[in-house]
Amino acid sequence: MAIAGVRHLEHQLFVYRRVWRGTAFSTILSPILFLSAMGVGLGSLVASTAAFGGVSYLAFLAPGLLAAQAMQTSTLESAWPLLAGFKWLKTFEAEIATPQRPQDIVLGHLYWQIVRLGIVTGIFLIVMFFFGALTSPLALLMWPAAILTGLAFGMPMAAWTATQQRESSFPILFRLVITPLFLFSGTFFPIDRLPAVIQPVAWFTPLFHGVALTRALGLGQPLELWAYGVHLAVLVGLVVLGTLIAFRTFRNRLVV
Amino acid sequence: MTDALIYAHGLTKRFGALTAVDGIDFSVAPGEAFGFLGPNGAGKTSTMRMIGAVSPRTGGELRVLGMDPEQNGPGIRSRLGVVPQQDTLDMELTVGENLLIYGRYFDLPYRDIRDRATELLEFVQLNERRNDLVEPLSGGMKRRLTIARGLINEPELLLLDEPTTGLDPQARHLVWDRLYRLKQRGVTLVLTTHYMDEAEQLCDRLVVMDKAKIVAVGSPRQLIDEYVTREVLELRFPVGVQETLDGKLDGLGERIERLPDRVLVYASDGEAVAATVHERGLRPDTVLVRRSSLEDVFLRLTGRSLIE
Repeated sequence: MAIAGVRHLEHQLFVYRRVWRGTAFSTILSPILFLSAMGVGLGSLVASTAAFGGVSYLAFLAPGLLAAQAMQTSTLESAWPLLAGFKWLKTFEAEIATPQRPQDIVLGHLYWQIVRLGIVTGIFLIVMFFFGALTSPLALLMWPAAILTGLAFGMPMAAWTATQQRESSFPILFRLVITPLFLFSGTFFPIDRLPAVIQPVAWFTPLFHGVALTRALGLGQPLELWAYGVHLAVLVGLVVLGTLIAFRTFRNRLVV
Repeated sequence: MTDALIYAHGLTKRFGALTAVDGIDFSVAPGEAFGFLGPNGAGKTSTMRMIGAVSPRTGGELRVLGMDPEQNGPGIRSRLGVVPQQDTLDMELTVGENLLIYGRYFDLPYRDIRDRATELLEFVQLNERRNDLVEPLSGGMKRRLTIARGLINEPELLLLDEPTTGLDPQARHLVWDRLYRLKQRGVTLVLTTHYMDEAEQLCDRLVVMDKAKIVAVGSPRQLIDEYVTREVLELRFPVGVQETLDGKLDGLGERIERLPDRVLVYASDGEAVAATVHERGLRPDTVLVRRSSLEDVFLRLTGRSLIE
């Protein structure tokens, strides 16, 4: 027997081999656009660097965008493509008619997201390098941090998608959850710029932890040990919890 | 029934308040082509899903290949072939890739799957489409590919849920021909259908299901012999006339069935009854004598026709 979930990953890789060209352009273009418009363009107007720990706005912004990009990628990957497997193509139904089980689909989806996030964030890091926003080899630690951030969204999202009958809930989620997180989780400015009442809220948003961790590693601005612990615990906790709940919701959806 | 490939006793499936399968008994012997005939909603698909070890039963006993689906789902599924009602193919992949990834789900080595895919695509007459995407294929081709996919693990038992629903007559006959060949090779077939001609063509033995229950069991011939006469006389009257006939058809044949658009008279000799109809001065638009079919069996058993 192969490792649980590996067959589903193989299937995804076959599909990716067919469709990667369609995604490649936006994967490369998106970091270029954001880093030049916000980092270079807007950044030239940002005089004070004290709030960013003494680095340029571009250097401050890039790790935040990287984590946010991982969130977007993973959430998207766990929305429409999964509903297609459940509802439109029903490929998951075909899959569980074989020795595969619902939890194998969940694990395979987890592995697939690691691959997909690895590609997207890897390309982001390369673009960062050309923008001069990658300062030391240690900054490459941002890569696993960003992948982890993505998974912290992707797995709970996968669990939720398995409970959805219609795609109409996805745009609402993106408008009400993903976009506000993108804007207010420390991606574009430190959360201490938020009104004092709202600041603690940021601590409950997963993206904040992903951004804080990725940025600390990227800028070589070490955090207190406890802070690493909290960020990691929140992100890993979300991945584990999301996966365990997904085991349940996938089973409830497929085995009836 | 220890040598049965499938054994079910009191098999029950409920979804909340709805009873989809209500305590049915049946068994399928190796090499047999076994059918579930019934209208939509009779419980055929629910039964197939329980046999396929993807749907837990609510009650009763079920053994598939000697195993309990509840205890050993993956073990059973590794030896089954499944052709679901919807094709469930991956439209983003080619014909060959669909077979490849499906074979991998059974942990088969790539080389074996490739060899097997060549044979199977030959068998379902799709070898020229191997490198084409699935999406633009016709319904009949997709169906044949789904059948080939179900055979990738050389299953002992092939489950087919409405194998030809939605196909045009030509495509149906091609599928029937392939299934007939499989049967001759000794593959056990279990299929659901609401087409009586399909059941007659393919099934050695079948059960008629209606409203979650089995209402009759036997070979197509046995069922016809047991429940209906050898022949049927179909009378179609001009619009409005059928309602005015009361009494005038009494005593014809062994049994009379009134459908909205025609009257069926069951008799061992249809021509003789047709003559009597004429003698009584009745003038139907059309008079047709035919052999009885499973459709008539179903009508007799449930008071309704199969496809409405």
